[in-house]
Amino acid sequence: MAAPLTLLLVVAVTIRAALYRSSLAEVIAERVEVVSPITAWKRVIEGLALLDLGVSPYSGDVFHETPLVIYLFHFLVDYAEITFMLADVISAIALYLAVKEYNKQVVRKKQKFALEADRYPQDCLELIRSPKEMLYIPLKVAMFYLLNPFTILSCVAKSTCGLNNAPQIITPHCFKISFAVFLCLATYQSIYPLTLCAPAMLYLMQRQYIPVNYRRASFWWFVVQYLFMYLGSLFVLICLSFFLLGSWDYLPSVYGFILSVPDLTPNIGLFWYFFAEMFEHFRLFFLCVFQINVFFYTVPLSIKLKDHPVFLMFMQLAVISIFKSYPTVGDIALYMALLPVWSHLHRFLRNIFLVSCVLLACSVLFPVLWHLWIYAGSANSNFYYAITLLFNVAQILLVSDYFYAFLRREHHLIHGLYLKKKDGSEATLVLK
Amino acid sequence: MIVWSQSALQLATNYDFQEELVIRPLHSGDIYASFQFRTLWETDFMRENKVSHYRLFPKSLGQVISKFSVRELHISFTQGYWRTMQWGQPFLPSPPGAELWVWFQDSVTDVDAAWKELTNVLSGIFCASLNFIDSTNTVQPSASFKPLGIVNETDHRFLRYATLPREIVCTENLTPWKKLLPCGSKAGLAVLLKSEKLFHSSFFSQTVHIRPVCQDRECKTTSWELRQTLNVVFDLHTSGQGKREWSLFKMFSRTLTEACPLASSSKIYIDVTDNPQEEYFELSPATPLLSQAVVLGDRRTFSVYDLTQQVTFGTVRSLNLLIRWKSTEGSMLRPLLHAERYVAGYGLQTGEIHTVMYNNHPFRSFPVLLLDSVPWYLRLYIHTLTVTSKGKDNTPSYIHYQPSKDRMRPHLLEMLVQLPPHSVTEVTVQFERALLKWTEYTPDPNHGFYVGSSVISALVPSSVAMDTNITQEQPLFSSFFPCKEESSYFVRVYTEPLLVNLPTPDFSMPYNVICLTCTVVAVGYGSLYNLLTRSFQIEEPNPRLAKKIANFIRRIRGVPLLS
Repeated sequence: MAAPLTLLLVVAVTIRAALYRSSLAEVIAERVEVVSPITAWKRVIEGLALLDLGVSPYSGDVFHETPLVIYLFHFLVDYAEITFMLADVISAIALYLAVKEYNKQVVRKKQKFALEADRYPQDCLELIRSPKEMLYIPLKVAMFYLLNPFTILSCVAKSTCGLNNAPQIITPHCFKISFAVFLCLATYQSIYPLTLCAPAMLYLMQRQYIPVNYRRASFWWFVVQYLFMYLGSLFVLICLSFFLLGSWDYLPSVYGFILSVPDLTPNIGLFWYFFAEMFEHFRLFFLCVFQINVFFYTVPLSIKLKDHPVFLMFMQLAVISIFKSYPTVGDIALYMALLPVWSHLHRFLRNIFLVSCVLLACSVLFPVLWHLWIYAGSANSNFYYAITLLFNVAQILLVSDYFYAFLRREHHLIHGLYLKKKDGSEATLVLK
Repeated sequence: MIVWSQSALQLATNYDFQEELVIRPLHSGDIYASFQFRTLWETDFMRENKVSHYRLFPKSLGQVISKFSVRELHISFTQGYWRTMQWGQPFLPSPPGAELWVWFQDSVTDVDAAWKELTNVLSGIFCASLNFIDSTNTVQPSASFKPLGIVNETDHRFLRYATLPREIVCTENLTPWKKLLPCGSKAGLAVLLKSEKLFHSSFFSQTVHIRPVCQDRECKTTSWELRQTLNVVFDLHTSGQGKREWSLFKMFSRTLTEACPLASSSKIYIDVTDNPQEEYFELSPATPLLSQAVVLGDRRTFSVYDLTQQVTFGTVRSLNLLIRWKSTEGSMLRPLLHAERYVAGYGLQTGEIHTVMYNNHPFRSFPVLLLDSVPWYLRLYIHTLTVTSKGKDNTPSYIHYQPSKDRMRPHLLEMLVQLPPHSVTEVTVQFERALLKWTEYTPDPNHGFYVGSSVISALVPSSVAMDTNITQEQPLFSSFFPCKEESSYFVRVYTEPLLVNLPTPDFSMPYNVICLTCTVVAVGYGSLYNLLTRSFQIEEPNPRLAKKIANFIRRIRGVPLLS
């Protein structure tokens, strides 16, 4: 498997390098779909320039990156392109290894399943995948991530989204301690990966065969251990950031900015136009509602999917990417890279054709309508906003469709694939 | 005897009032008239018992000074833009719109609160919307605005500067300004200030400057100086009907009949430097008085009319100066420092501000201080700042940059740039336009947003020796900016204000947007809720209605049901 992966990495790096050298790099770096006020490279350069002028980068409202990014790019600003390509490559390799590990676990579970095969209905054997089918999935996942146009655009624009994605991807691969550290790094960069704590904990518990039962002491002991490490590393990171500039200015500038959304620059998310047109009286209320919306799916999803932490992680990543305050296409590329892992669900997907058509059409229409609004002046902001709405509805349908397919497959595994009604005719399954 | 007692009264109460009108014919055929009114009062506003007896000094301004512990106050209202290349340098520059800068005393503890109250009080005094001055357009310049009066020490925490480029000046602002004069608009030069002619001009500016000044060389006594100036440029074609012949009646629709009785000096100066042998224009009535003054780095000759002498008014008891042109030749003194500013770029996403400064001196280079205050919704990227002179990079030796905070304070950029001789220096900086909340737009959002003028302050090399003796008798118009050295004079140049368009949301859509976005969120919530709370079941079809009724009857009869 090493050779195809290496070939893939070489192709990906070549494409990115070619785009860096072309004139498209500047055009892409300005696009609002690819960069946001949090992740724009222009703003990183501006922050470093302010630091050179002797002014704190957080005294203005242009720079919203964490101090660790200043640390990193203070030395690496001349090698920025290599850094971002490296981040993408590392993410792809981490994804590859993580999915391979997950496949091994699936095979193990399947073997357990085969041993008790007589307990289960015969016809659902065709739902189980053979190891041969799953052989190419890790490569497909790495390919989906590296060759996804969204990822390429994000890398060529030098959006720090690539750097934010890397820790989130590395987490499923490591041992306990580094698991918490990398997740804490991801949370430190943008607050939303906090919700990935639950799937991370469930995944580790599954790996270490700790039963997920809140009445058992081992469960609580594990949770305490994990949270201690997680919060400890978070505390260390925050204190390290304090010592960079000697002030707590970065807290309102970074986290206050993500949570209170003062900057209404258009992007592909739902927040900007909503808060541009909001009545002042209700602004705080709707801000809280929208931010809670990202976090509160964690508990119900964790309860429903406690035996399937990897799918839970996929769902959480998708929810974060859709409902976060400043989404970019780089965030979408992250959860879309995981779709090949569930390619076996395609027989239960209901809307996939519609959803993919809408996503494709919207991706094409975004730059068109932006040009018409901002440069041609013949459209107005409503056109761009409409495409934003459509894009987000398509994403939501995609995610809920995969969820439906997953739950349905689980149901068939238990109850059999070809279900019959009482009178013997073919049955239809509904959600009741 | 009356004159003697008048001056004795003035000496006794330490008051002095002087008025002056300077008329300078411009090369393009327009005419520039500058009124200066100065009141000097030796008093101490800062002492414990309040000053209560006001004579020549207006009480409203005296109370403002003592209540807000103001050390210096400079306010100007301008309509139109001063065209330096066509009209030369003005005696007192001012930017379009309203400009206010104030130095507070060291004893003020909360400068921002004092500033806010001061702007509101001045807004009432001058009937202008100075209450729009708030933290989003106020800056604290660090080098460009030094005190113009007595300087003790300069802690820039006590300085505030704000401009309102959108402010319009009209009769409502002129009337309270005229009321501040000792003679009002009833006697003296102020009778010429009639709004129907003044506002039909290319340029109109009225200013008020309050500062403490030294009375003698050792500065043993200080007094408060209140200067009110009014600059107006009448256009050849609009006001002059195309004829190169200007008179007081044509310009102001009034003639002068007497000087202000409270004034110790009341004079009219006509700039005749370019007309030594009366070959270009003719002045009537003729006057024997001539005076020379060094103003703006040049020695100029003026014909003087002293209104305190009865002989000036002649037999008709009224003075109507007439300037008639004989030929249209003549050269214009090219200004040494000149600046322009414009916005480059297209579309509503980004743009570039270009400030172009011209140094027209043939062999001397001099440094200039450039002050730029840009509103927060144009996000400047200081790493894109480039300064080029004659095509080569020209790094500023001093940059003070304060980045903006959204909805709280604007950008402040101050630079010291050395302008090479006979060169053009271009300063460019890129910006990004922000999308504002729908309530933050003005009622006419597609008009655009104004960016205040840049201020360029410089000590320009002078071709004649400047007079550094402050106590010597000098015309008012040449003694405004203090002169520290003989070889250069202070010049302040204001660029054009900019008009920048921002992307706008659709203002008719708040309900629609809220509903549609909440619908999308609800679609997500609904799908996930369904999948989380419901489970899969085999659907049993509902029996048809007839069968249902049949079964119901059979149940009553106690007979087996249909399948």
